[in-house]
Amino acid sequence: MLDFSELLNLPLLWGGIIATAIFLYVLLDGFDLGVGILFPFAPTEDCRHKMMNSVAPFWDGNETWLVLGGGGLFASFPLAYAILFPAFYIPLILMLLGLVFRGVAFEFRFKSTGAMHKFWGYSFHFGSLSAAFFQGVILGSFVQGVKVSGRVFAGSSFDWVTPFSFMSGIAVIFGYALLGATWTILKTEGHTQAWARQVAFYVLLYVGLFMGLVSLWVPFLNETIFDRWFSMPNIIYLSPVPLLTAFGFIGLYMSLVKQREAAPFFFSIFLFSLGFLGLVISLWPWVVPYSVTFREAAADPRSLSLMLIGVVIFLPFVLGYTAYCYYVFRGKSSEEHFYE
Amino acid sequence: MEFYPVLLSRIQFGFTISFHIIFPSLTIGLASWLAVVEGLWLKTGNVLYKDIYKLWVKIFAVTFGMGVVSGVVMSYQFGTNWSGFSDKMGNVLGPLLAFEVLTAFFLEASFLGIMIFGWGRVTPRMHFAATLTVAVGTVISAFWILSANSWMQTPAGFEISDLGIFHPLSWLEIIFNPSFPYRLMHMVTAAYLTTAFFVGGVGAWYLLKNQFVQQARITLGMAMLMALFVAPVQIFLGDQHGLNTLEYQPAKIAAIEGLWETEKGAPLILFGWPSEMQEKTKYAITIPKFASLILTHDMNGEVKGLKNWPKDERPPVLIPFWCFRIMVGIGLLMALTGLMALWLYIRGTLFTKKWFQIWCILMAPSGFIAILSGWFVTEVGRQPYIVYGLMKTIEAASPILGQQVFLSLLAFIIVYFFVFGAGIYYIMSLIRKGPASTAGDIYGSKGIKVHPSIIAIEGKSHA
Repeated sequence: MLDFSELLNLPLLWGGIIATAIFLYVLLDGFDLGVGILFPFAPTEDCRHKMMNSVAPFWDGNETWLVLGGGGLFASFPLAYAILFPAFYIPLILMLLGLVFRGVAFEFRFKSTGAMHKFWGYSFHFGSLSAAFFQGVILGSFVQGVKVSGRVFAGSSFDWVTPFSFMSGIAVIFGYALLGATWTILKTEGHTQAWARQVAFYVLLYVGLFMGLVSLWVPFLNETIFDRWFSMPNIIYLSPVPLLTAFGFIGLYMSLVKQREAAPFFFSIFLFSLGFLGLVISLWPWVVPYSVTFREAAADPRSLSLMLIGVVIFLPFVLGYTAYCYYVFRGKSSEEHFYE
Repeated sequence: MEFYPVLLSRIQFGFTISFHIIFPSLTIGLASWLAVVEGLWLKTGNVLYKDIYKLWVKIFAVTFGMGVVSGVVMSYQFGTNWSGFSDKMGNVLGPLLAFEVLTAFFLEASFLGIMIFGWGRVTPRMHFAATLTVAVGTVISAFWILSANSWMQTPAGFEISDLGIFHPLSWLEIIFNPSFPYRLMHMVTAAYLTTAFFVGGVGAWYLLKNQFVQQARITLGMAMLMALFVAPVQIFLGDQHGLNTLEYQPAKIAAIEGLWETEKGAPLILFGWPSEMQEKTKYAITIPKFASLILTHDMNGEVKGLKNWPKDERPPVLIPFWCFRIMVGIGLLMALTGLMALWLYIRGTLFTKKWFQIWCILMAPSGFIAILSGWFVTEVGRQPYIVYGLMKTIEAASPILGQQVFLSLLAFIIVYFFVFGAGIYYIMSLIRKGPASTAGDIYGSKGIKVHPSIIAIEGKSHA
């Protein structure tokens, strides 16, 4: 039977694959959730129409990364999946319900009129908002750690309710709003674009505040995290992370000032990458902080080997045709008449 | 009030998956059918096919959207409510689900965008390729998820460690476990038939109202071809699936048959009321020796009764017993509908007989009912096990409080009825509006639509 464990560090590879899947999810669904978060604040109905059209062909594919993240965690780190999901039962269910309301809104909003048309607009907004918030809450309580005894979750139903987790919920809302605003700059023109640029300025300020707050708070949650960042010589090796983040903020700000179209979106992605990198550095090697490492939770090497073949063969195709779809729907969304 | 987390989790899983399965049942069938319709349009140039496509791709989009959001819920519930199962079975089942995402979900989700929104952005051929890709994606998806479900019914190709964790020994044996080929064929065929009857019912409704007659004839005609040729095949596949179940899950068959005693020459109970308390099937209407004949192909063959198993290893009887009869009854009616259609077609009245149109409208939701009934049979019939013979459902549950499952179940019920109720309403209004005729559109030599404003200036002759 297939087993590459002699040749490759399978748990590490799979940790990388799952982290990448989650990160791609955050970026891709991040911008369309962000569009949903900003949706009701857009100045006109026409703006809202264009914003929704700009993500309509993509949201479905974007959300598939969430399924890959969840399903992939089940497959590659079943123990982590079995501990974390009961721990985050309530926020996960609320996130899923948010995604239900938001996902159906695309089709329903354009098929309804009057009050229901309005309702599905709000469904799109509040669905996106709550999905973003609870993703942040889950992230926050994940960083704070999960109680485990043996192979099962040993905490209680509301362990996730903490000031830190709520703060990170709000931080993720602003983060996604930044991605959504810069995506809207990229995909629209005229007064919709001008409005999105205005929004991006405000949101950027809050994202800066929250990134600063998280960066200061996390090291004090756990001693090892503190040591990892502030002990010698780590502080020198890791100093590029905050420096590059500062560079990202300045770059994004300048690109907004110079009224660039694509650059703000890519600077937002750059900032997200650094935030994600910071988390990975802080949490290494935990897959269930601070009790199970990725090595302990890894699935049978034979399972990981089979799936690795699947990833090597199919993921390039997935990335290829995802890129193709973005290429097909390139340009400004005002040219579209998707929903009429 | 006592909140039982396992019972509530079972209800929640049953509720959410029952809602979910309705949508893929339609999208598996619709995707393949739409590919055929679009292919016919490209081949013949008959715009009626395009009208049909344009209407049903909208219905497909709404259904697919609901399938996606209810499906994401499923992939998270293994962990939230069944963490014992996830921990023990992740090595074996995880890869099957991961392959489903990698080989099917991305394919469907990406090309769906082109299928719905891509008109005018890609060539008609590329659009057809996108439809075909989505159709293939839905079948690949069915392949993996039914493989995983079948493995839980008839586990194979594994070993169990000291910790009780399952490890893979042979992927071929795991994927192609004993009940998988039967379940896959039975379910995909069921999805095709369900779609055919739904689509055919809509066609019959248009005919009855004397609307969109040309499109409706094509739709109803195609649906009846499916009924005539595929419904009998399905009856055969169902029988084969049943024999496979007899071999691997005889207790499920005993529940389906309502048989309590093990006997040679067992009677077929057509109808009755199985009572678990009294351990017998009351008010039974029977055909002597017929169960043995069907199941063992021998009048005096031995069929095991439920008393063969200790009480705590028997499945509940009432649900498998009755749902099985509903499913089989609908299957027989579908085959009968095909024969009626053939008879009417020979007499030249297939599209004009009012009673037949009303009959087809009544049959429109039948496939969904049959699919749900069939799944109730197979899922309730394998209880008390989640992995047959190896892991009981109660051992699979998460260490969570009953109260929170109760609340989440309540939330799912309210949200699903509201959201998916609205979705079904929108599908109905799309059907009511009917196909918008594109017959006036002008197409160039390569099938690319010419913009109406150009035609207004240049005239039709140039196009």
